[in-house]
Amino acid sequence: MANLPFIAAVDAGIHQEMKRDSRVLYFGQNMATTENHEFVAAYGPDRVRVTPISETAEIGIAIGAAMAGLRPVVELYMAEFMLVAMDQVVNEANRFRYMSGGQVKVPLVLKAGFGFTAGWAGQHTGSLTSLFMGVPGLKVVVPSTAADAKGLMASAIRDDNPVVFLHHYMLTLEHGDVPDGEHLVPLGEAVVRRAGGDVTIVATGWMVHRALAAAEKLAGEGIHAEVIDPRTVAPLDLETIFSSVEKTRRVVLVDQGTRHASVSAIIASEIAEQRFSALAAPIVQVTARDTTIPYSEPLEAYVIPDVERITSAVRNVLKR
Amino acid sequence: MSVHTPDAGRQIWILTQMLRIREFENRVKRSFTDNPGVIRGHTHLADGAEASIVGSLAHFQEGDAALATYRCHGYPLVLGSDPKALMAEIYGRADGICKGLGGSMHLADVKRGFLGTSGIVGAGIPHAAGAAWAAQIRRKGEVVLSFFGDGASKQGAFHETMNISSLWKLPMVFVMENNGYNVVTTSAQEDANAAAGKPLAVKAQAYEMPGVTVDGTDPLAVHKAVGEAIVRARTGGGPTLVESKVYRLSAHGNIIAPPGVPLHYPEHEAITVFGKREEYEAALRGDPVPRFRGVLVQSGVLTPPKADALAKQAADEMQAAVTFALNSPFPKNESALEYNYA
Repeated sequence: MANLPFIAAVDAGIHQEMKRDSRVLYFGQNMATTENHEFVAAYGPDRVRVTPISETAEIGIAIGAAMAGLRPVVELYMAEFMLVAMDQVVNEANRFRYMSGGQVKVPLVLKAGFGFTAGWAGQHTGSLTSLFMGVPGLKVVVPSTAADAKGLMASAIRDDNPVVFLHHYMLTLEHGDVPDGEHLVPLGEAVVRRAGGDVTIVATGWMVHRALAAAEKLAGEGIHAEVIDPRTVAPLDLETIFSSVEKTRRVVLVDQGTRHASVSAIIASEIAEQRFSALAAPIVQVTARDTTIPYSEPLEAYVIPDVERITSAVRNVLKR
Repeated sequence: MSVHTPDAGRQIWILTQMLRIREFENRVKRSFTDNPGVIRGHTHLADGAEASIVGSLAHFQEGDAALATYRCHGYPLVLGSDPKALMAEIYGRADGICKGLGGSMHLADVKRGFLGTSGIVGAGIPHAAGAAWAAQIRRKGEVVLSFFGDGASKQGAFHETMNISSLWKLPMVFVMENNGYNVVTTSAQEDANAAAGKPLAVKAQAYEMPGVTVDGTDPLAVHKAVGEAIVRARTGGGPTLVESKVYRLSAHGNIIAPPGVPLHYPEHEAITVFGKREEYEAALRGDPVPRFRGVLVQSGVLTPPKADALAKQAADEMQAAVTFALNSPFPKNESALEYNYA
């Protein structure tokens, strides 16, 4: 077990797979520009390359390389940069297996940070997860701990499908214990981060930590919240969420995305449709306020769900 | 990097493949009148581009790959795909080469090196570069052919991929089938090079790679130009842009507009939009299929009866494909949910 920053754990997951499988490539902008770059030094320029600022070509090349038998990981830095090449992400990578009647596999990982609410203003702070989660053929991974960052990255690389790997930028330097050696976290398995019987809180990414902080605060008031981290939103482990809802009968969903573009809206609809009778109170969503992320610090904080909004939502669902 | 002229046997093979594409496409076209409703959506034909397709793929070897666009019926025919499975795919049947999930715009035959086709203009070009990166790593001298149209050269995907493939010396050839029209827009209306009276191959200059323009209605000229580019790619010299000038002999595509309004192939846009009937008729007089047959008869490679026999054979083969496809069952509903994930 090593105590690593989140971003180093992501790298550890890539290293783990590049060491064991020579088909894994890693490339993107502003990396691998010298022979001393840790991945170039370890795996050579055939497999690790710097690219021009050409997201369409980078992701398109990953698709072609995957169809030809390789397993590329594309370093995209920010989820917004995928928007430049959205056709390749949601209308190419995910379509080829299907349209060919299963003749090809397209195993690739699109690694992108998101949610950088640290003064990055309107165009580099989005929580775009829901843009990808409903697209057939894509998998979407959102780790919230360093250990999961390593294990989910490794599983994403081993997966035979295109995977969007979204790492939250606010977690970049958060440290956590990471298992040494081979570590894999399966895609599609949620985890209960904190057990409790009064209310179910579901959150992803950075919001998991705010949900846990809220649960800690509520515990002081005698309210026991269960916090669930889906870890991957496609596939989405609804069973773990449903089991918790059946136990607590009350639900608060926390999401850094805006209300109608949130993962929580999808989870809410599934709970409402499939477990309505288990609910003792309406589902409450705590999402970003419906706006572009502002630059100014107090405004940014006002827009993003915080511990106070989560605890107050929990108190409200318990009053019903 | 000289490429030998194909011998008599190979020239006959080239004509045979051209005839097979033409006969296949004629039957796709006729399906709209003979069997209304069996083809849905948007269908694009390769008639007029046969010489370019066959002249290019004549160099294809085991381990090579080709990727193309929605105008994709010709390539797999040349690479050995079963025309019955191709026609069944276009008819949306269970025996289709993609199990009826892809249709006319998305043919693929991965076993034969035809990796796939994107229906989004230009989007497939970087896929070819990715396959070429894989070939570069394998170091077996394999190449990838990227087929696309003149319209795609206005897309960022084209320019980004030209840059990166030249920078990385990827073993690939960009084969631009320039048919002069992006649907109903002429090249001169959308391309600065064309408007200046220059060939589109000049775009290669910006990316430090050779750019050549060739008569895409002459299979031997294409064979030479693409052949030289392939030799260069196989030997580590990097990519080449080959602009192959063709004329599509049908309109851009056939669209079926629901409900029940089959828009049968209207005439070519040169006539319907621009009123240039003479341009189209001149292209018809230069039809590459009868022209190459004439070349082979004239040079004594083929006798007229032998040429007729080849045409008959191709017609029979493609008629059998139609019969097969019509009799193939529709896929089971459950199959609509398969193959999203591996």
